[in-house]
Amino acid sequence: MQKGLKFVAAVVASLGLQQAQAHDIWLEPSSTVLSKAGYITVAAAAGNDKFVYNHAPLRGLEHLAAVAPDGSKVAPENFMQGKLRSVLDLNLAQTGTYRLTMASGGVMASWKEGGESKRFRGNAEAFAKNVPAGAEDLKVSESLGRLETFVTVGKPTPLTATGVGLEMVPLTHPNDLVAGEVAVFRFDLEGKPAKDLEVVLVRGGSRYRDQKEEIKLKTDAEGKISVKWPQPGLYWLDVDAQDAKTTVKQAKERRLSYVATLEVLPQ
Amino acid sequence: MRQLLPLAFSAIVAAPALAAEIKLDIEVPRLSVAEYHRPYVAVWVERPDNSVAANLAVWYDGKLKNAEGTKWLKDMRQWWRRIGRELEVPIDGVTSATRAPGLHSLTFAEGKAPLAKLPPGEYKLQVEAAREAGGRELLSLPFQWPPQKATVLTAQGQHELGKLNFELKP
Repeated sequence: MQKGLKFVAAVVASLGLQQAQAHDIWLEPSSTVLSKAGYITVAAAAGNDKFVYNHAPLRGLEHLAAVAPDGSKVAPENFMQGKLRSVLDLNLAQTGTYRLTMASGGVMASWKEGGESKRFRGNAEAFAKNVPAGAEDLKVSESLGRLETFVTVGKPTPLTATGVGLEMVPLTHPNDLVAGEVAVFRFDLEGKPAKDLEVVLVRGGSRYRDQKEEIKLKTDAEGKISVKWPQPGLYWLDVDAQDAKTTVKQAKERRLSYVATLEVLPQ
Repeated sequence: MRQLLPLAFSAIVAAPALAAEIKLDIEVPRLSVAEYHRPYVAVWVERPDNSVAANLAVWYDGKLKNAEGTKWLKDMRQWWRRIGRELEVPIDGVTSATRAPGLHSLTFAEGKAPLAKLPPGEYKLQVEAAREAGGRELLSLPFQWPPQKATVLTAQGQHELGKLNFELKP
């Protein structure tokens, strides 16, 4: 049980925030289906066991974008970053579907300077300023991540794709998921269906069973997966991809990740 | 050293006549997963009422700073409930490092720590494994003590443990 083998760093580039991620990350909304406008609370953390707060808080949760059905943004309230989780409240006043997103990403570099190891994390602009051209033993990588969940007050409203990075295009509404039924999702990379990507689904509550019971699926030629939900619960969905669309020419590839929290209700 | 040899030799020769012995082969399965950590494994002997007769072996990561490795001991939840929470690790002759995938042999002689003199009766050998970012599995092998003759009991794990070979020697 050694730690730190999977050390992936993510940076909130637009804000210049830095986040080092050794574990999986998630958002956990207190509700996803509401019949009356009001508050929800959202917890977020990093760790191995999904929705189990035993490792580290998610950094930067105060920058969560909560987009209301009319496209306006809901300002987070009562943000708190604890030792094991970050939390905030959202007042959902409108009816329809809210999309909660945390985007992350940026450029990472390491190089040698006079025998000393140097590291950098940030956006393309800061990279140009801080990393010397022709640095010795320069290694550059780039990443773009999206962490999401969806909450609906009243009747679900359609969600539109962003066309940026790796994203889920829900063909079945993400707030209309029921155990025993089939849901279909498409995954797009820069607005185009992404085939042959592995999608992993893990149900919460792993502490109360012996095996993780992961569901592994592969996107088809149209970038789609269909899943028949075996049980109700909160599911963590993860998919990763890579492409060559980097913002700095020194980076050969860009790693993309998409993580969503989906709630499946009983029949 | 030469003078000591006859004494040491007689002790070795005498041992089998006095004490029964158990030998356990535990297979740590090779798993193809994205993130692999060696499992924590605990081996102990229980009486029919689930009370503990012997805490034989615990493999965990005791090398991490701030005793970080003790954080996952509770994931071996039966062992933790029956034994672990009453003790402080490390325990001399019981705890050791986690093991790589493969077959690992452990031998215990009755009356020699950590296997105490067991009164005749029914027992269960318990082997529990838990893996970070993985699952948890418990195998249980009932046996009679003392063995009337050399006996081999086996069990096969499905997830976190492979084959178990349990040899009892009178």
